[in-house]
Amino acid sequence: MTRFHIILATGLVAMVLAPLVFPSIQFVLTIAMAKGFAALGVALLLRAGLISLGHAMFFAAGAYGAAFLATRLGVTDILLILLLSTVLATVVGLIVGMFLVRYRAIFFAMLNLAVSMVAYSLVSKFYGITGGTDGIGVPVPTVFGAVLDKAAFDNLLYYLALVLVVVVGVFVHRYLHSPLGHALSAVHTNEVRLEYLGVSAWSALLVGYGISAALAGLGGAIAATSIGHVLPEYAFWTESGHFVLTAVLGGIAGIAGPLLGSIFLEVVHTAAVGYFAEAWNMIVGITLLVVIFFLPRGLFGLVEKLSGIKDHQGEPKL
Amino acid sequence: MKPLLKAEGLEVSFGGVKAADGVNLTIHEGEFVAIIGPNGSGKTTFLNLCTGYLRPSSGTVWLEDRKITAMAPRLIARKGIARAFQIPQLFTDHTVIENVMLALAAHRNIWEALTPLNRPAYVEEAMELLELLGLEEHAKTIAGTLPEGLRKLADVTVAMALRPRLLLLDEPTSGVSALERFPLMDTLMKAMRAQNITALFVEHDMEIVEKYADRVVVWDSGQVMAEGRPDTVMKDPRVLKSVVGAL
Repeated sequence: MTRFHIILATGLVAMVLAPLVFPSIQFVLTIAMAKGFAALGVALLLRAGLISLGHAMFFAAGAYGAAFLATRLGVTDILLILLLSTVLATVVGLIVGMFLVRYRAIFFAMLNLAVSMVAYSLVSKFYGITGGTDGIGVPVPTVFGAVLDKAAFDNLLYYLALVLVVVVGVFVHRYLHSPLGHALSAVHTNEVRLEYLGVSAWSALLVGYGISAALAGLGGAIAATSIGHVLPEYAFWTESGHFVLTAVLGGIAGIAGPLLGSIFLEVVHTAAVGYFAEAWNMIVGITLLVVIFFLPRGLFGLVEKLSGIKDHQGEPKL
Repeated sequence: MKPLLKAEGLEVSFGGVKAADGVNLTIHEGEFVAIIGPNGSGKTTFLNLCTGYLRPSSGTVWLEDRKITAMAPRLIARKGIARAFQIPQLFTDHTVIENVMLALAAHRNIWEALTPLNRPAYVEEAMELLELLGLEEHAKTIAGTLPEGLRKLADVTVAMALRPRLLLLDEPTSGVSALERFPLMDTLMKAMRAQNITALFVEHDMEIVEKYADRVVVWDSGQVMAEGRPDTVMKDPRVLKSVVGAL
């Protein structure tokens, strides 16, 4: 077992114990994990050199999917809600991705932003279906048929999200080390060579885009069931920007980076709002500047330093 | 010998300048054919037409009995034509062996999302290819950090990992020092013969052409001016005047 694995295991144990020691932090960490999934999705595309400024639409697709399933379609089980919402976000991602993965650089970023803002407008205006700006309330889901009170469900959802972090982390790690995962980062370094190998860059990107949408959708579904309410703001561009910031702040060199970034941002944000309500924006801003200044590789860079990882050649670059 | 690649009446022009003007050329299985000609005569354009990077305004390219004229580069690559570039095209953030393994995976099955690229079978096969081209010591070097000559070899290794039937090489010795060009070509020839690969290479270096090519095709103003054995073609007064003198 390397020092990196020990740090990773320590982090997981800390996450397991955190709500037991500080119960009030449980909700913050659940939301951090939910947004961390979306940031991980954004980080996947960053490996291909593509910045998505519209991933909030998939976060919202997962959230609204959970709300519709729970309120209109009679699906109450949490596992089914998470699964089906993720599938819905994946399908939306694949449909949108079919058009968008043809584009690169600023065009890709702006088209994602444009489509997400169309989605935001539709969700805001179709009051009869989406509840408009009032949103939709999400009832507490059941667990294998058992009806839990909100506090017990929140406990369960926290640990379920933590298990999903591990499962999804392993899946994404395997994907990135597979031929298809290498093809994704190869799009960034040499798309011409990739095509001359007989590989369709469009297909490799579409798979990556679909997985990133699935991750955002899973995050959205977790957030919806945790908060108990979905709003059009889930799809707003500031949320997309938040995911990009989280991914970069956490660092894209490792899968744990975006999750670290998300936990860090949510905790700093909550503490700043709680203790310095008048100046929380400034505190969050200064904290971000400090991190960016001292850890140019993101928070994951700190993990690398502690792990003694020094060889950064061959890693994805922004 | 059986024809492998056949170009018939290829025409393409850029802003009125004809880069291919009714080109007819056949490459036979097992041949090692060189294309020579002055800069701008359309040599690389011909490679671009054969690999689908450019589409001709008229004419046809055949790979055996299959028409490949309108196919995309990735489809042509799957049919068995691989290409090494004048400026090596590598995945510069990946290691050399990862570049080769990705090519092996592209040839076999790229649609594997959960099995690792560095599986023993790919590692072994990639190492065999790297040894063939003398790159085994650089297997774990990041491709972008290799010197030019080694990058050229790595580019060819990647192309060879596709197990092509025809390999197109665009100026394999350009950017390589005078001392390195013959050892580089010796290595390339040995590797291609070991893999039974037919090759077409664009070259400016007449010594290289004379030593290694079975047949030479002389290009001028988008047309084939002369072709034949290197020793014969190099004595052709037209070639000496308009091409060799211009090189």
